[in-house]
Amino acid sequence: MRGGQGAVGARVLQFTNCRILRGGKLLREDLWVRGGRILDPEKLFFEERRVADERRDCGGRILAPGFIDVQINGGFGVDFSQATEDVGSGVALVARRILSHGVTSFCPTLVTSPPEVYHKVVPQIPVKSGGPHGAGVLGLHLEGPFISREKRGAHPEAHLRSFEANAFQDLLATYGTLDNVRIVTLAPELGRSHEVIQELTARGICVSLGHSVADLRAAEDAVWSGAAFITHLFNAMLPFHHRDPGIVGLLTSDRLPVGRCIFYGMIADGTHTNPAALRIAHRAHPQGLVLVTDAIPALGLGNGRHTLGQQEVEVDGLTAYVAGTKTLSGSIAPMDVCVRHFLQATGCSVELALEAASLHPAQLLGLEKSKGTLDFGADADFVVLDDSLHVQATYISGELVWQAEAARQ
Amino acid sequence: MKLIILDHYSQASEWAAKYIRNRIIQFNPGPEKYFTLGLPTGLPRDHPESYHSFMWNNFFKHIDIHPENTHILDGNAVDLQAECDAFEEKIKAAGGIELFVGGIGPDGHIAFNEPGSSLVSRTRVKTLAMDTILANARFFDGELAKVPTMALTVGVGTVMDAREVMILITGAHKAFALYKAIEEGVNHMWTVSAFQQHPRTVFVCDEDATLELKVKTVKYFKGLMLVHNKLVDPLYSIKEKETEKSQSSKKPYSD
Repeated sequence: MRGGQGAVGARVLQFTNCRILRGGKLLREDLWVRGGRILDPEKLFFEERRVADERRDCGGRILAPGFIDVQINGGFGVDFSQATEDVGSGVALVARRILSHGVTSFCPTLVTSPPEVYHKVVPQIPVKSGGPHGAGVLGLHLEGPFISREKRGAHPEAHLRSFEANAFQDLLATYGTLDNVRIVTLAPELGRSHEVIQELTARGICVSLGHSVADLRAAEDAVWSGAAFITHLFNAMLPFHHRDPGIVGLLTSDRLPVGRCIFYGMIADGTHTNPAALRIAHRAHPQGLVLVTDAIPALGLGNGRHTLGQQEVEVDGLTAYVAGTKTLSGSIAPMDVCVRHFLQATGCSVELALEAASLHPAQLLGLEKSKGTLDFGADADFVVLDDSLHVQATYISGELVWQAEAARQ
Repeated sequence: MKLIILDHYSQASEWAAKYIRNRIIQFNPGPEKYFTLGLPTGLPRDHPESYHSFMWNNFFKHIDIHPENTHILDGNAVDLQAECDAFEEKIKAAGGIELFVGGIGPDGHIAFNEPGSSLVSRTRVKTLAMDTILANARFFDGELAKVPTMALTVGVGTVMDAREVMILITGAHKAFALYKAIEEGVNHMWTVSAFQQHPRTVFVCDEDATLELKVKTVKYFKGLMLVHNKLVDPLYSIKEKETEKSQSSKKPYSD
């Protein structure tokens, strides 16, 4: 049961000599874990009259909730949008390798593809809990094909679609199934988008606005219909204009439903967004900022040519372009690099930088009771970081699933 | 009594902590020999401001005490008086309280033994005086309606049975109570005054708490600080370990 004290008989682990991120602050507290969940030590002490079975000294390091990446297209040579025979092992490879970046849960992302690809791939990527085998899959992020031609970025023009004819039925026919789907990115200016957004939201799927030329009014209407996220703010949308701020204006719009927080993804790799723009967004609406990698299959590989969806990309150092052009085609900066760069570029607190990669994505997906937090009863998915926010170890459900070389004895 | 006067709250706290440490070391406790530290107790369990939470956050979670060795009065017990009686039995079973540590209320009470409490009382249920409720309001967002009006408390007699009593008093708002407790007579209206008849009492306070005392009293006890500070010196056993350490660090030179 959620919020429970875990299996009463199971071993109690006490992580000591650490600072934990809790309630938006780094507190000098011990972290207690049992049965894969965070345990309330006070209840254990007074009600069960027990002490820890095992203590682990964390050497004064920071314990933060595991990072959650809601936009990642592949990595280590694996392309989630490729309809191979064994999609599962590709996802598993990425899931295992991103543990070293501190990511404990993610949403494999598919870029604009023909229906055959969705029909083949989507059913092969089920929601899955994380563990020693790799980070947990929270569900798929389908970015496209219902996006703007003008702002398609690296998405192939040939496979863009509209749902003007049959609205939601067109979308369902394109994807084949919505099982396993968690987020859909679409452009709200497309005809009948409101019906689609409402239907998706009603089914518990998070709708994100992106690759769009919508003005602020259209974006606000989309939020009223249920949209809750903005895909990689600034990229693939109209630039901010002082008389029509476009989608960017959602960050400070006063026309949104009361109490609703609009979340927005930012790629803080040092390339996709100028640090000054990063700061403007952060200062305007810090609580909605969600760090994403938008990583492409070239993540973790060297320079050269690789595939992304139906196109070829060229990797040069820390940047990746659509082969033969100057169009950015996704980032190759790992999540922990993004967190550090975000911290350094905005000068924000360590707590906020860590929350932007954990708590905020969890809130976006409505999972904040169990993920993205170290509150009692939450899943014990966390990262051990040094003071400069380099990942030293990663834990899922209280089990050590990755450890840095130096930390190994 | 010993009246220990330090400049500030933090120094008073440190002195008290060192004293308790030394007493524990001198006592040399073991599995069959409990050093029983007594503390005043009170409010029901679940509330974040309950004594359980207070003790956990400020004491238990920082040390390696076993839960079996902690006993806090349960304000939610079905039969409150039975709970109190059982508590008295537990104290006896543990060999009696070696050192009782407590504070003083602005109305001069020890634990929740409000003015008018019998000086030979035992652990029981007490209705709190308005002074105490007002003082506790700060833990309940200042809302008087939320402050519990009853509490379980050790009695004055219970504390008098302890082999040693330490009272911590800091702040100007406690000054009058301290004056009543040590410069006036034994009086059930200021229950802390009962400890004038205890063979071994230590009052630890800061400058502000002495504001209502006679200058003569304060000067006398301040003059004794040289002697009293010896009570908090690191003990022989710790010093020995320190000399061992410094000797071993000399070894590289002799190699």
